[in-house]
Amino acid sequence: MQITLNINREECPLDLDPRTTLLDALRNHLGQCGTKKGCDHGQCGACTVIVNGRRINSCLTLACMHEGDEITTIEGLGAPGALSALQGAFVRYDGFQCGYCTSGQICSATAMLDELREGWPSHVTKDLTGEAALSDAEIAERMSGNLCRCSAYPNIVAAIREVAEGEG
Amino acid sequence: MKPFDYIRAGDASEAVDAAADGATIIAGGTNLLDLMKHEVMAPGRLVDITRLDLKRIEDMDGGLRIGALVTNSDLAADMRVRRSWPALAQALLAGASGQLRNKASTGGNLLQRTRCYYFYDTAMPCNKRAPGSGCGAIGGATRLHAILGGSDACIATHPSDMAVGLTMLGAEVEIMGQGGATRRVPLTEFYRLPGDTPHIETVLEPGELITAVILPPPAAGAQTYRKVRDRASYAFALVSVAARLRLEEGRIAEAALAFGGIAPRPWRDAAAEELLCGEQPSEALFVRAADTLLQGAEAQEGNAFKIPLLRRTLTATLSQLWKESSQ
Repeated sequence: MQITLNINREECPLDLDPRTTLLDALRNHLGQCGTKKGCDHGQCGACTVIVNGRRINSCLTLACMHEGDEITTIEGLGAPGALSALQGAFVRYDGFQCGYCTSGQICSATAMLDELREGWPSHVTKDLTGEAALSDAEIAERMSGNLCRCSAYPNIVAAIREVAEGEG
Repeated sequence: MKPFDYIRAGDASEAVDAAADGATIIAGGTNLLDLMKHEVMAPGRLVDITRLDLKRIEDMDGGLRIGALVTNSDLAADMRVRRSWPALAQALLAGASGQLRNKASTGGNLLQRTRCYYFYDTAMPCNKRAPGSGCGAIGGATRLHAILGGSDACIATHPSDMAVGLTMLGAEVEIMGQGGATRRVPLTEFYRLPGDTPHIETVLEPGELITAVILPPPAAGAQTYRKVRDRASYAFALVSVAARLRLEEGRIAEAALAFGGIAPRPWRDAAAEELLCGEQPSEALFVRAADTLLQGAEAQEGNAFKIPLLRRTLTATLSQLWKESSQ
């Protein structure tokens, strides 16, 4: 089927089998390989992209369901020489080892900080109607959909905390 | 994944017509697409309902009407829910991950399928996936499985946290059929026990669409949702409890309980609630309520731990609410 996707503010016409996930459309049909395929079942978060401002697993959604949506991938957040705040912080804090989960971590953290700004509570928020304090426990809970098999978690948390505090 | 035709519904009647004609409804898709990748489900046609106008949370008769397409994230973040139905917000936030909650819908969460390993593994028998083929779980690995409400054909659990919170709160499901007429079914009557037909999980008829979930007005007292799982985040419940207690002059005037991780549907037991009412709260009383609930529990080797775990989880949850109510 013929569809057009808006990816990183660019209209991308595609001719796809309806079975194509958003992840496969990005990687296999558009050559945008920043978004990674880890488990392909929504368990690891490596494929996280931002759709209409919200982070989702691109492996668990069909490309054809996203006509008219604004899709942002890691390529749309920054570029060498013009890194986003989180991209820069991940480099400074060494927030990775092999790097395979990193684009998913950064897309997820980017949208997670927006959720925090909007006052969304999490499972570890003590007062559901109050403001969530940005503790390491809050960051870990909110990022639990992104696995890092190298276990760079302490540095990932530190990178995210620096960006969040820099804003506050 | 098996090939399928994809259609996008422009309105609800198109969706119910397509569903009556055999199409499978897709909304968030987080569970359905996973099952399609495993070829546990292989629909020939998908009808996409995500463009329908079912995304609002509206005040209604002192309660809320939650559109079927409201995401788990938006529902958990709604200040009315956080303030007046906190056990529901807690249940939602205890489920899945941030990414999945952003996609998962209210209607789809209710209809998600069990995470029984044998249901997912197409090389194994499963009466739910392939009626009549047998049950791989009975005598197999049963860490996630039911101790109440199961049958010789199936001991799979319902995996939703949200549904446990909604059951405790007395929610109803609004269902639209062909022709546009709607009916309401209390969540306590929405799920069917497996019996010898574990493949039929709800009272939904072919061609019916969940359009909303109705929350009754906020009830007095303290309420909470407590979930016990194998890791601190992003795991299904081994045992969970949604509970509300209202105390009056030192005695329990009202108790509402629902349980997850232990049964084929969010589990409610009127006898356990009645046992609490009119009594002075105490740990001994809470243990008696748990024992009432657990009468008739049937465990396998792999899930026998749930009997003491449920007793302790219920006792701890009620003790917490008792303490909050006495402050």
